[in-house]
Amino acid sequence: MKTKKHMFKAIGFILLFASLVTLNTACGHKKNNQQAGGVDKDAASKVYVAPGKYDEFYLFTSGGFSGQMGVYGLPSGRLLKVIPVFSQNPENGYGYSEESKPMLMTSHGFIPWDDSHHPEFSMSNGTPDGKWIFINGNNTPRVARINLKTFKTDEIIELPSSAGNHSSPFCTENTEYVVAGTRFSIPPTNADVSIKSYKQNFKGMISFIKVDPTDGKMDLSFQIEAPPFNWDLSHSGKGPSHDWSFFSCYNTEEAHTLLEVNASQNDKDFILAVNWKKAEEYLAQGKAKVMKNSYYRNRWIEKTHSATSEEIKEVKVLNPKDCPGMLYLIPCPKSPHGCDVDPTGEYIVGGGKLATVIPVYGFSKMVKAIESKKFDGDFEGIPIIKYEEVMAGEVQKPGLGPLHTEFDGKGYAYTSMFLSSEIVKWKIGTWEVVDRAPTYYSIGHLCIPGGDSKSPWGKYIVALNKITKDRYLPTGPELTQSAQLYSIEGDKMKLLLDFPTIGEPHYAQACPAELLTKDQTKFYKIEDNQNPFVTKAEKDTKAERKGTEVHIYMTSIRSHFKPDNIEGVKVGDIVYFHVTNLEQDWDVPHGFTIKGSTNGELLIMPGETMTLKWEPKKEGIFPFYCTDFCSALHQEMQGYVRVSAAKSTVPISFSLGDEAAK
Amino acid sequence: MKRKGRLFMRILMLPVVLGFGVAGILSSCGGGGSNSGSEGQDTVKVASGPTIADSMTNPGIGPVKHVELGNLDGVMAKKGQGIFESKCATCHKFESKYVGPQLGGVTKRRMPEWIMNQMLNPAEMIKEDPMSKALFAKYLVPMTFQNITQDDARAILEYFRQNDAK
Repeated sequence: MKTKKHMFKAIGFILLFASLVTLNTACGHKKNNQQAGGVDKDAASKVYVAPGKYDEFYLFTSGGFSGQMGVYGLPSGRLLKVIPVFSQNPENGYGYSEESKPMLMTSHGFIPWDDSHHPEFSMSNGTPDGKWIFINGNNTPRVARINLKTFKTDEIIELPSSAGNHSSPFCTENTEYVVAGTRFSIPPTNADVSIKSYKQNFKGMISFIKVDPTDGKMDLSFQIEAPPFNWDLSHSGKGPSHDWSFFSCYNTEEAHTLLEVNASQNDKDFILAVNWKKAEEYLAQGKAKVMKNSYYRNRWIEKTHSATSEEIKEVKVLNPKDCPGMLYLIPCPKSPHGCDVDPTGEYIVGGGKLATVIPVYGFSKMVKAIESKKFDGDFEGIPIIKYEEVMAGEVQKPGLGPLHTEFDGKGYAYTSMFLSSEIVKWKIGTWEVVDRAPTYYSIGHLCIPGGDSKSPWGKYIVALNKITKDRYLPTGPELTQSAQLYSIEGDKMKLLLDFPTIGEPHYAQACPAELLTKDQTKFYKIEDNQNPFVTKAEKDTKAERKGTEVHIYMTSIRSHFKPDNIEGVKVGDIVYFHVTNLEQDWDVPHGFTIKGSTNGELLIMPGETMTLKWEPKKEGIFPFYCTDFCSALHQEMQGYVRVSAAKSTVPISFSLGDEAAK
Repeated sequence: MKRKGRLFMRILMLPVVLGFGVAGILSSCGGGGSNSGSEGQDTVKVASGPTIADSMTNPGIGPVKHVELGNLDGVMAKKGQGIFESKCATCHKFESKYVGPQLGGVTKRRMPEWIMNQMLNPAEMIKEDPMSKALFAKYLVPMTFQNITQDDARAILEYFRQNDAK
């Protein structure tokens, strides 16, 4: 009886709840086809990607202070992967395995973290080509190249004489170069000088990294010793402006303290135009001086499934004084931030974050002004072009705090407004504002698929926001990071979706999914594995002692390790587990870790070899197991290592199943 | 308070119980047939479809429609042994069952076409071929495609033949 009574009550509750939901939804409908927050009621259907279906676009966001890169599907906003780049990643052993540790080496030693800001696709003919995506490390200045077949970081190059690698890594039209300007000027070889000697001793180094068109390998080709401003953002030219790169800057006041006030004094700062073709000529003429320095270049070698790290001790530096015609300064109102080039390559848009207009410069006007020497003096020999001679138009009253601009390929530009928290759409040529949409809240960068390239896919725009405040369920003092998706297919921008991101999403790049899906690596061929510690067949597994080092050559397959019983390890030994995943199918990684591991775990892709270093501190039995659920018998995928006292005489032995221990 | 709490628990439990029920029904549907047979042999009885007696007439499902068997080719068998040791020995032995069924005598129990299709098309075989389905139900670990070519599979088959001829 009692049970029955409860049952009735329960059903009653369910009915009540259901009717409340219905009521609630009914109340939510508004006559004007809009729901609260200015979202059309059909917004949900525009971002709904049915189970098992793929998104139309990939979105790559910077992971900000996580140091990584986030990969999302659009329009759903679903997080697909976090690509480890500058930070150790406990999820898959990046920066923990012996093979991947060299990726994080720098002239400052092993660095487990950085702050990543700007993803940038490699380009062919000014259009994303789907080969690589680059991203900058801001804190310990580096540029990383990620392979878009494997979604793995393939290379990281450090930048000498730089600090705060912010205006980076923007590609020239055919990825001839990836550029990088230092945000914090420092003495070039980082000499021990008084901070007060800023104007004499500090320089704002700008780096040009050459990219091999076949394998993507990066090489710091040359640096330009530019004035000690804060080089903030950049974009390279295309089409007519192919030979040029543009860098915005603030702090032309050359302040070294309280920049908040002292670097906001001048009415105009600059956009620097760099003629890199000219720089190449000077380089070929031997105008560069070779500067002694130290920086690292780390490369992932796919065939050995491991990274190499090399220190480079020299860099070629061009001094603007020796290289006339290489650099020009273009005045730009009030501490410009964004520096964006439209799809035709004719217009360069500056985003003066404290300015009341958005200045747009004409490349052809710039060329003419240079030819007819329409200069307004110079800065340390670098000509300053007259503002009115190079200005093509100004977008009047766009809003407050213009930052960055992307393009839809249909003649419109979209500028983010940080202070007034909105996206402003304006027409190229007439410079009139045609639409504005609020963002929630405080937008930084924005992203249209291909929106900084020659051929944008102008269907969506993504707002990358700095503040989320009340938009999501609260999670204590630290709230989620967030992006917002808008449709830009019609005349009016339409908000479709909020979605959380890993933090902090600065810039992003997006492209049609098929550009990348057609050429994905699904697993590594075991035959091609040239890792020095690979085990290609179970019969070759072994455990070997070399002094105090113990090397265990282990294989994994659903669902056992071989060997899985190991004895003879002693306290004080350094044990290396070289685990090869013998699977040859998609989506069958195996994990590996051992009790008390002070390191991390391994997540080994099919056909790959990874090594975990382990230094047992005490005697006993230590289980190891597969951490990635691999099959119905995954729970059985385990083994034991016996650790004996340092002076023990237990010999190394290993076995699996009924086999006699070897 | 106490009663309310218990009531709430019941409401919460309701879908859980229902869920399990559904899952139970689903899994009992997916089971296929009963599994019995002598230890170490891949002898299986299948409720419907081919029985062990039919095994030498079932070519399986996959790219291999017909295999012409000639005299034993020692060179090919040697190649097959190399591939087997790297890609198959992780789960199969000849003298006893391991992760998967024992392979000693397999060429006497199965058509050469079935053996090669099982190597080349395991995902579909496990789903569609009654004998392969029953083996999966018995061993529970799905046989995986190990990225071998049809020539590789043929060489491994030759290695099996050599082993069974001993």
